[in-house]
Amino acid sequence: MTDAALPRPRRLSRLLRVNPIWLVLLILIGAIVALNPDFTEPQGYMNFLRRAAPLCILAAGQVFVLTSGGFDLSVGSTITLTVVGASMLLYNNEAATWWVILAMLGAGGVIGLVNGLVVALLRVPSLIATLGTMITVSGIGLMWSGGAPRGYLTDGFRAAGRFMWRDVPVIGLLPAALLVLIGGGAVLWWLMHGTNYGRLLHAVGDNPEAARLAGVPVARVRVLAFVVSSLSAVVAGILLGGFSGVSLDVGTGYELQAITAAVLGGTQLLGGRGAVGAALGGALTLTAIFTLLNFLGLPQPVREVVQGLILISAVALAVCRRDA
Amino acid sequence: MTLRTTTAMAVALAVLALPATAQNFDDPTEFAEQEAQLAATPIGPEGAPWEQYLEDSMVDTAQYAAGEGPHTVCFSNAGVNNPWRVVGWTNMQAEVALHPEIGELIHVDAEGSDDKQIGDINDLVASGNCDVLIVSPNTTAALTPAVEAACEVLPVIVFDRGVNTDCPVTFIHPVGGYGFGIQGARFIAENVEEGANVLMLRILPGVDVLETRYSAGRRILDEAGLNVVGAEFTDGDNAKTKSIVEDYLQRGSIDAVWMDAGATAVAAIEAFEDNGYDVPVFVGEDQQDFLQKWQELGLTAIAPTYPTYQWRTPIIAAARILAGEPVPGPEWVLPQPAITAENLDQYVNPDMPPLHYAMCGCEELPGYPEAWGGQASN
Repeated sequence: MTDAALPRPRRLSRLLRVNPIWLVLLILIGAIVALNPDFTEPQGYMNFLRRAAPLCILAAGQVFVLTSGGFDLSVGSTITLTVVGASMLLYNNEAATWWVILAMLGAGGVIGLVNGLVVALLRVPSLIATLGTMITVSGIGLMWSGGAPRGYLTDGFRAAGRFMWRDVPVIGLLPAALLVLIGGGAVLWWLMHGTNYGRLLHAVGDNPEAARLAGVPVARVRVLAFVVSSLSAVVAGILLGGFSGVSLDVGTGYELQAITAAVLGGTQLLGGRGAVGAALGGALTLTAIFTLLNFLGLPQPVREVVQGLILISAVALAVCRRDA
Repeated sequence: MTLRTTTAMAVALAVLALPATAQNFDDPTEFAEQEAQLAATPIGPEGAPWEQYLEDSMVDTAQYAAGEGPHTVCFSNAGVNNPWRVVGWTNMQAEVALHPEIGELIHVDAEGSDDKQIGDINDLVASGNCDVLIVSPNTTAALTPAVEAACEVLPVIVFDRGVNTDCPVTFIHPVGGYGFGIQGARFIAENVEEGANVLMLRILPGVDVLETRYSAGRRILDEAGLNVVGAEFTDGDNAKTKSIVEDYLQRGSIDAVWMDAGATAVAAIEAFEDNGYDVPVFVGEDQQDFLQKWQELGLTAIAPTYPTYQWRTPIIAAARILAGEPVPGPEWVLPQPAITAENLDQYVNPDMPPLHYAMCGCEELPGYPEAWGGQASN
């Protein structure tokens, strides 16, 4: 059930109950700073945040589906479709930026709706349903583009993921992606922890049968979770396309990264428990691992092994804490 | 991520377990041979490098003369799974349109799978419909027996990657990976001071054509006394490439960037731009987006190519073989030009897609530019 439903713990035990993901993140950041003191300059940490923003938004969206007791594997190909589709629709026309963004959000909404309806009404397990969508959506992207990107993203479209304000008082640099991250994160946090919908979602994930008997519109709650996840994938796609431009494999692997980030943050894989803030922490941690390994300069195979070991230990830590 | 991890570990294990059978990607003989080929004067019609050849040796094909036609050409393709192959495959189809004596091109796509390609070749041969078979092998060793079996039945042309047999009539390929590595690294050595910092960006380990690019590039940079600050794998991913370059920039200056392929070159350049650095000496490839960026920023850069015009040559070879005319062979080595500041303007074309390979030799082919995803200029 939700944290809000638990009796308020006392102050000390509350401190002890701080999600360990933040501690892990702190240690990793400490290691990065030790290896590279320049990380404390705005160019260091602001680049880090700009880079982490897409995964943060994606993981926060994935938490909704995970909390409902499902998986959303289609987000990676939704990211790719967003980037490829936007590049085809924009075709160097700066004036089209806004309607293209709306069109992509619309497409994301449709993908989420299809996922949700197939899972909630046809009762197809979400792993299979979203795997199907993943393949279909990536097929649509390939057909649309003919196997290679056909257009460019305009500077306006790319601003969200690429632009940085310079000479900002106090912080020096301010990436636009950070504002998107704060805004998007706040909306998702509010939806999960500040609305009745968030409570219903936890109830559905915890015990769908009990929720149904209690009068929760289970299907509607589930469908909305998939829509939220797909919309977050579109936003992540806009940020990623902005950060690094058009490519056909831009979203590859992001579905697993998003799930990993959410689990690192303590989201339970079979539903009933998930926190948006902790997922953001998980995404930042995952990005910090990638960055740290870049700085260590280890050979690639060693790097993959270290990355896997860190992930396993972090997830094990999260699970230990939950069972304790 | 998981798949890549598994692949990387499998490669690492294979390298550890089988040092004796591991392929040699740093072969001084091949390096020297390709270095010489880069400097050689091509034989054949000027302005049509897809018909030219660097090694003066011909194969007699009178035994394959097949009369008037129309003939059926069969093509077993490793895949159309990356932008390079998309451009190449478009070139090949357009080349067929130039040959009235070729009635049909039967194309079978192996989708990047050795097993499927072995089956494809067997099926094509067994069908009895093919007058000549073109093979672009997915991997060298795995496809060798299937190609050998096909050679027993009909004339075979192999291009791009080779096979471990000399039974095909000819094996068409540009100079190769060492040549690619040499061109870029030599340009860097000529344009920076001794001891300068060079960042090398690679796609992934274990791929023969990429390993040879790297070993040749590395050899030249080391011999020139340059300081290679890192050789990083980008997985061909724009975001990862940009992140890696940003991280290197935080730690020190970079005087040149060498890449084994250019698809992520613009992302690497943007890492310098976004963080307020001058873009250093750069080695990319002939993708349009890189060429346009190079022109726009006035970079000191070079674009070695692995020319996609080599996809035209197998059709030309097939037509000649079916007419019983001699073709260059047993290896038809095509020239492998680099795009430089002198000829950059003639390759830049903003109407073409970002990952269009400019060294396509396709500008005069039927259907250009629409078939290649470009917009007709008004």
